[in-house]
Amino acid sequence: MKNQLIPAVRLTVVLLVLCSVVYPAVVWAVAQLAPGRGEGVQITRNGRVVGFANVGQKFDRPEYFNSRPSAADYHADGSSGSNKGPSNPEYLATVKARLDTFLLKNPGVTAAKVPAELITASGSGLDPHLSPQGALVQVARVAAARHLPASSVQALVQQHVETSVFGPDHVNVLQLNLALDELASHK
Amino acid sequence: MNKELLGIGVLFGSTVLLAIPLGRYLATIYRGDKSWTDFLAPLERLLCRLGGIDATRQMTWQQHLGALLTINLVWFFWAMFVLCTQGSLPLNPDHNPSMSPDQAFNTAISFLVNCNLQHYSGESGATYFSQMFCLMFLQFVTAATGMAACVIVFNALKEGTTDKLGNFYDYFLKSLTRVLLPISLVIALVLAFQGTPMNLAAKAPLVTVQGDSVNVSRGPAAAMVAIKELGTNGGGFFGANSAHPLENPTYLTNAVENFALVLIPLAMVFAFGYYLRRPKLSFMVFGVMTVSFLLLLAPTVYYEMHGNPAIAHLGADQHLGALEGKEMRLGAAASAYWGITNTVISCGSVNSMHDSHMPISGMAELLGMMTNCFYGGVGVGFLNFFVFVVIAVFISGLMVGRTPEFLGKKIEAREMKIAVIIALLHPLLILAGTAMAAHLYVGNPTEYAGWLANPGYHGFSEMLYEYTSSAANNGSGFEGLGDNTLWWNISTGVVMVLARYLPIIGPVAIAGLLARKKFIPESAGTLRTDTGTFGIMVFFVIWIIAALAFFPSLALGPLAEHFTLYAR
Repeated sequence: MKNQLIPAVRLTVVLLVLCSVVYPAVVWAVAQLAPGRGEGVQITRNGRVVGFANVGQKFDRPEYFNSRPSAADYHADGSSGSNKGPSNPEYLATVKARLDTFLLKNPGVTAAKVPAELITASGSGLDPHLSPQGALVQVARVAAARHLPASSVQALVQQHVETSVFGPDHVNVLQLNLALDELASHK
Repeated sequence: MNKELLGIGVLFGSTVLLAIPLGRYLATIYRGDKSWTDFLAPLERLLCRLGGIDATRQMTWQQHLGALLTINLVWFFWAMFVLCTQGSLPLNPDHNPSMSPDQAFNTAISFLVNCNLQHYSGESGATYFSQMFCLMFLQFVTAATGMAACVIVFNALKEGTTDKLGNFYDYFLKSLTRVLLPISLVIALVLAFQGTPMNLAAKAPLVTVQGDSVNVSRGPAAAMVAIKELGTNGGGFFGANSAHPLENPTYLTNAVENFALVLIPLAMVFAFGYYLRRPKLSFMVFGVMTVSFLLLLAPTVYYEMHGNPAIAHLGADQHLGALEGKEMRLGAAASAYWGITNTVISCGSVNSMHDSHMPISGMAELLGMMTNCFYGGVGVGFLNFFVFVVIAVFISGLMVGRTPEFLGKKIEAREMKIAVIIALLHPLLILAGTAMAAHLYVGNPTEYAGWLANPGYHGFSEMLYEYTSSAANNGSGFEGLGDNTLWWNISTGVVMVLARYLPIIGPVAIAGLLARKKFIPESAGTLRTDTGTFGIMVFFVIWIIAALAFFPSLALGPLAEHFTLYAR
């Protein structure tokens, strides 16, 4: 073992250069050509960065499409799921409370129309998406709060549905809400 | 057909189709035959010269283990040094602190043994320096270590009698230069172009559309995430691992990451057949592994796609499945497939929170880690399977009244003792660990209240999962467990060390002993191991050892939870 120690240390140093300097440097260099140049894809409005395309943010006001409940409260310097087990009574009470609150804020909607993502927390706490139903079920409330015709808000949602070949279709909440602000300003 | 189901079918099919040629390629490079990547030979020679290593010297199995364990020890001290001092080292724009000694011990061990149990969150618990120079570095070299150990065993099973089993450094370096680095590079670039960050900047402060102030964590993630999957390490850059929308931004990146982690474990199975020029044997192994894998996958996909009955009871719409802890861009089917591939293979990355999966899914994930050889981790999964093959050969030899032989070598008392010790070590570590933790908790529930995020059966499952994950060198968790405490850091650290090195030392020793024995050519009296019959034998040996040892603990945790949840 003793005569293997020196080569082991030397080889470790050499491999540190290869795996921890050369390899990430190459990835970084090529990533400069990628959208966002490796910094993450930022979204600006009126010259101000208002978010990252892939990072969900908190929307809980009635005039915006609300994002999913989050165990991290959308603080993107951390990330976490609730880690609540499916049979946990305290957790199920929380889910029930979320459903009741949603029904209260969205009169006319029945429980069977509320998709589960609106009452469950995501894995990262930063989920940027909703299912199309998750957005559509909020159309009446948003349209009323914005004094817009429900049909044009609904059309806006339809435009923002990203279809996926194998995955579930989804809507980016940040982009949808930015488009909504845009629509409301041209009213 | 449901497109989400179709998605996972296509993903698995394409992984198998690519693993076969990769297996052939691995056999070629490890055998030292001519290959199209020979242009890398000068680089390998340069690495050897700089490292002061002779990669041509033939080694015995003891010398192999000496080299392997020595360099692992060096990495351990390097990792401890970096993690304990990271707060004062460079590349720390967010001013994250150094780790406490017990947390550093746990983290160093966990990355050293390819487990990647993480008792910290990447955003606040690690610096860019430690992510790149400690954690990502270990993700490369420990994967290469596992592959090298596996090739030593391949070598020992060749025809003939020898105690020279090739050179550890040769296998180790080729794994890095010709497999792990180039494929990681491709994957990292796919991720970067899909939106995964690759920079060294601090958190980005911004004011959201609604007016909240948030800081968005970033960093050199793309490079690390690639090897995290490819090397079946599983240790994520961000706390939420591949559920994080920057670590896994799209359905495409999810597919690529999931593909990467299954690729090499599958390819190693095919490499085995090509290396020994007995392709039928690897199809037997592949068959046993795949049937078992599908047995675990099917119920998980079913339960995740059908949602939580307690939420259905509230009347909400669950047509997309159980969504607690899942991401909308990925969906229930891809999350279930990911959960099972990551537990049968000791990768342990997550794209949804396993703690929130349905009880039967949790049980399937536990079983994947308890058996730990249905594909298994890079290299080591095959070694675990090899141990069960040795046991199956012995048992079936006794059943038909023949001397147990495997590939022309007699399996005798010494090899059997080693194999049985290794096979029983795994349940011992898991069950003894869980028993001790449960004993502590029950003795003083107020003092240890912070441990469990969920009451009742599920709380027990959280503790069982943590030790199972440690012993399987998996690294995923029921993350509700408050695990950054002295007890969990040290106890899982000890379990991880034992569960990594003994299952490498054992099979290498068995193989080394077999290689020295007289080679008996195949005859009509030989028990054939490349047949379906023998495959069924191995299948039952594995399932009986796993099921019998673990069934009582599974009954206390996930099964009890399942029946209460679905009884309403």
